[in-house]
Amino acid sequence: MLELRFHSRGGQGGVIAGKLLAVAIFKEDRFVQSFPTFGVERRAAPVMAFVRIDDKPVRIRTQIYKPDHIIILDQSLLQMLDVTQGLKSGGTILINTEKKPEDFDFDDSYKVVTVDASSIAVKHGLGSVTQPIVNTSILGALAKILKIVKIESVVAAIEEDVPAKTEANVAAAIEAYEVAVG
Amino acid sequence: MQKVLTGNQSAAWGAMCAKAQVVSAYPITPQTTIIEELADIVAKGLLDAKFIKVESEHSAMAGCIGAQAAGARTFTATSSQGLALMHELLHWAALARLPVVMANVNRAMAPGWSIWTDQNDSLAQRDTGWLQFYCESNQEVLDTTIQAYKIAEAVNLPVMLILDAFFLSHTYEAVDIPGQEATSKYLPPYKPSIYLNVDDPHAFGGIVPQDIYMEFRYKMQLAMDEALIAADKADDDFKAMFGRGYGVVEEYRLDGADYVLVTSGTVTSTTRTVIDDLQEKGHSVGLLKMKMLRPFPAEKVRKILSGRKRVAVLDRNISVGMGGVWSQEIRSVMYHLPEDQRPPIYDYIVGLGGRDVTPEFIEEIALDLEKRPVKDCDQVWIGLKE
Repeated sequence: MLELRFHSRGGQGGVIAGKLLAVAIFKEDRFVQSFPTFGVERRAAPVMAFVRIDDKPVRIRTQIYKPDHIIILDQSLLQMLDVTQGLKSGGTILINTEKKPEDFDFDDSYKVVTVDASSIAVKHGLGSVTQPIVNTSILGALAKILKIVKIESVVAAIEEDVPAKTEANVAAAIEAYEVAVG
Repeated sequence: MQKVLTGNQSAAWGAMCAKAQVVSAYPITPQTTIIEELADIVAKGLLDAKFIKVESEHSAMAGCIGAQAAGARTFTATSSQGLALMHELLHWAALARLPVVMANVNRAMAPGWSIWTDQNDSLAQRDTGWLQFYCESNQEVLDTTIQAYKIAEAVNLPVMLILDAFFLSHTYEAVDIPGQEATSKYLPPYKPSIYLNVDDPHAFGGIVPQDIYMEFRYKMQLAMDEALIAADKADDDFKAMFGRGYGVVEEYRLDGADYVLVTSGTVTSTTRTVIDDLQEKGHSVGLLKMKMLRPFPAEKVRKILSGRKRVAVLDRNISVGMGGVWSQEIRSVMYHLPEDQRPPIYDYIVGLGGRDVTPEFIEEIALDLEKRPVKDCDQVWIGLKE
């Protein structure tokens, strides 16, 4: 079983990212469970979303404490949270940032990958410069870096479940997939 | 058709499949997205229902009672304090023998304010005359919503189906949605024999003097006895048609097990993984899942638990001053068995106010059960903060 944790701020689309990933995994006939932080959601407050993926039904129904990988949609969270808490050794940290992986000082046992999802989102008219909506871009990058889901499945999930600016979201996911390196 | 749905959406889609004709609901906290989803479904024309938005949960149930009495199939949903506010009318729906169906998201009672899960809200309604079913997956929520109408309308009693806050209500997973044609075959339109009908007038809700009130209650008890059979039949028929069944109780890896963990709600799902691990390590422990609280499946529970070495009931609730509710119920039905057939029943209080019940925690209970003295079996609290 693979366990993921998304860190974002309320309004950036982190919870929807978890849901879209669940739909994408489901389209590949695998088993998935996705849920947000069990809390009260407020705009701009730190929120988390969690995804469990398995090739058999997911029976465990608890929060995720030891994720295999983490995905950070807002780099300002790094200053206020210990985002790597519980992250398994060898796990990947995927960060939405214009910086390079070597600009970050994480434990050596982690693999750090960066992608400028905000610029990609803004370029495709998703959100604004101050509040880009990066969930679909980050999922494109995730498909490339973590190799746990096909980009075609991510695209199909967006087409099915994102009613607003569907084409722009698909284009952002594909562009992030193409530019992500790691 | 399969879709990725939350538990809340699953309840709403269940009501849609069952073709509820009137949805009467209060839309604000502690209401959940069940009603938001249903409002959307009705607005899109996917369900031909009258959606009545009311000013309180008390009125929400009053709306269901009125519509059901007029011959409509009704649905509502609530949670915690909202369910408590309905209390008076829960009795009314049951005593008026109206097969209303309601989804309740299990949330802890306030104060302190909580939106997280425990069972005290629904268990406090145990004696209102409603059937109660506790679910462990989103699929079970959807399927139970459909089954609920079948059972309710067979015995003329209301049914409450219950799902854990967050662990189901806000969790997405793949859910199979039965086709409309098959669902309509399983659950034909609601046709009450007596309803508010100007062409066939009857008196409703009149005064019932001392000489006949007891008989009204006795008939409810008979209907509950009948519901034991109706619930099994509704599940068997559902399984025959859709390939999925749950049982009002379920034995999981109990063959020859000395020790038994008894669970309800999502704790059941997590406990399955713990039982697998412990059996692999050589422990003789299995699981009894309780789905139905009312009517209480006494015979089934007696048969399953008699002769076991020890039983641990994981109660995500507390009747303060006494203990967990499920353990009291189970002890009560086991009491008149011969002493050598009657295992000690330990009452573990767990997960109140949404505290996570992890596999490690459940394993600790299973191991504690094997060695704890019998005299210490009441209200075992593990993992309390100092």
